[in-house]
Amino acid sequence: MALTNEFIKSKLTEKFGEEVYNFEEPYEMLTFEAYKDDNLKVLQFLFDDEELKFQFLTDICAVHYPDKKGQELAVVYHLHNLVDNVRIRFKVFTDINQPDVFTATALYQSANWMERETYDFYGVNFVGHPNLKRILNVDEMDYFPMRKEFPLEDQTRIDKDDEMFGRGGSIW
Amino acid sequence: MTQQVMSKNSGAGYIKNRIPAMSDVKHIKLPDGSIEKQTTTLNLGPTHPATHGVFQNIVEMDGERIVSSEQTVGYIHRAFEKIAERRPLYQITPLTDRLNYCSSPINNMGWHLTCEKLLKVKTPKRVDYLRVIIMELARVADHLICNSVVGVDSGALSVFLYVMQYRELIYEIYEEICGSRLTTNIGRIGGFERNFTNTAWTKLEKFLAEYPKVLREFENLLTRNRIFMERTIGAGPISAERALNYGFTGPNLRAAGVDYDVRVHTPYSSYEDFEFNVPVGTTGDCYDRFLVRNQEMWQSLSIIEQAYKKVQEFKGADAEVYHADIPEYYLPEKKDVYTKMEALIWHFKIIMGETAIPAGEVYSSVEGANGELGFYLISDGGRSPYRLHFRRPCFIYYQAYAEITKGAMLSDAIITLSSLNLIAGEMDA
Repeated sequence: MALTNEFIKSKLTEKFGEEVYNFEEPYEMLTFEAYKDDNLKVLQFLFDDEELKFQFLTDICAVHYPDKKGQELAVVYHLHNLVDNVRIRFKVFTDINQPDVFTATALYQSANWMERETYDFYGVNFVGHPNLKRILNVDEMDYFPMRKEFPLEDQTRIDKDDEMFGRGGSIW
Repeated sequence: MTQQVMSKNSGAGYIKNRIPAMSDVKHIKLPDGSIEKQTTTLNLGPTHPATHGVFQNIVEMDGERIVSSEQTVGYIHRAFEKIAERRPLYQITPLTDRLNYCSSPINNMGWHLTCEKLLKVKTPKRVDYLRVIIMELARVADHLICNSVVGVDSGALSVFLYVMQYRELIYEIYEEICGSRLTTNIGRIGGFERNFTNTAWTKLEKFLAEYPKVLREFENLLTRNRIFMERTIGAGPISAERALNYGFTGPNLRAAGVDYDVRVHTPYSSYEDFEFNVPVGTTGDCYDRFLVRNQEMWQSLSIIEQAYKKVQEFKGADAEVYHADIPEYYLPEKKDVYTKMEALIWHFKIIMGETAIPAGEVYSSVEGANGELGFYLISDGGRSPYRLHFRRPCFIYYQAYAEITKGAMLSDAIITLSSLNLIAGEMDA
């Protein structure tokens, strides 16, 4: 039986009920969220289940949404079932002041560096990670450069107009 | 792990808790009766002829054997993901060039395909085939470098120098199509900047005629070469299970025996129209990786030939199609911008960010020369991405290096490093 998005969704809701939510299918990829404390449970279930078998971790990254109060950081997992060739996207949101998320390194070795990279750029503190330290930036750095509060350009400049970049604000 | 303090003031006074690299290494005491009392620390890199890129390996050695090792990457981190958040889509293509710079066209095409997926653009078949030709040429160029460098690291320098001339033929084709050679910035969202010229086709024909002979000779020199086999068989092996767990993709995963290829699993750019095999190995060692890459070059050649035939079947006006008809996203040709009103308007609109870019999130991947190159793009409807993340295959599989070289000889570790096809530019983004 082909592994359809509806089937994965029903499996997940059957197992976790209300704890998985916000099911969407942007560009055909099933996307859902869970509470951050449940992330390992969900990943483990997706890994172990006989029919789901999401055993290949494609990618981990974080996204910063400064406007979502209490849910500023999203950790996004891309998982792949290589047998049925289905991909899903799984997100957990966390407070930026206490960005503790459980590590997936016990399930996937590949999560090790991906989580280090995520920590490096967004400061997501992966609880239980064997070696959580910076990977691409210098060790001395004491801020997380990919967060939105660090703009690429000096925001006090008035000779450039943000409207040209398609988002609000004008100098006139 | 304590949470580091975040200061809003970037730059000012952040030098504290400096972590020394080499001097901090703890030696391992060796058992009584060993020649040495403790293990030796050896520092390979960041700039070392054997690393073929800027990254560091600190290895603990018991004689010639590696006891443990630690990898440091990030020496050429250029913050592409951050830069991309401030750039319009069409200006991100040059950033992707500098990921895996041995096969930039694949990265470029991967990025165009991601944008096209976001914008829901369908490209004409001819464009797809032209892209396939370019991508497969890039794959051949990349595998050629990787495999001949494995030769170099096992002591066969002449093979490397010999095949270099034929990579040159590929670069000349790029040059004819887009004007540059290494960091190509080839194509645009929706297609190519111009049609392939007759010179480009002549050069492609020359390549297709000359290259098989060279590749056969290359194989004759190495594949059954006794020294080469002794050096590579059993060096740096990985099982299929471990490879999957470590997130291996591309030839390295296939050498371990898993037939996962993005071109087959999730066809893009009309790869479903082509007949080709996915070569797999068994042991995942350097020799299998070498064989898989060689076979892939043959397959690529066959794909290029098929694509060239298909392109020739387009006649008349169809043969002039080199981009999708999407004026709101495709940057018009410069000469049209200067002479035609409509092209001028669209050019202006695209450059000034006046065209509507849908909000949404999309993950798109292509089979890069060393694995699955993924682009995770979140658009908030603005002119530039809200977030762009590159899934860089070699960043992910390089983690396994410590495990697969544990207990190996130092010289095997060197050859494993080159046969994994690590590109520092891609690793560090």
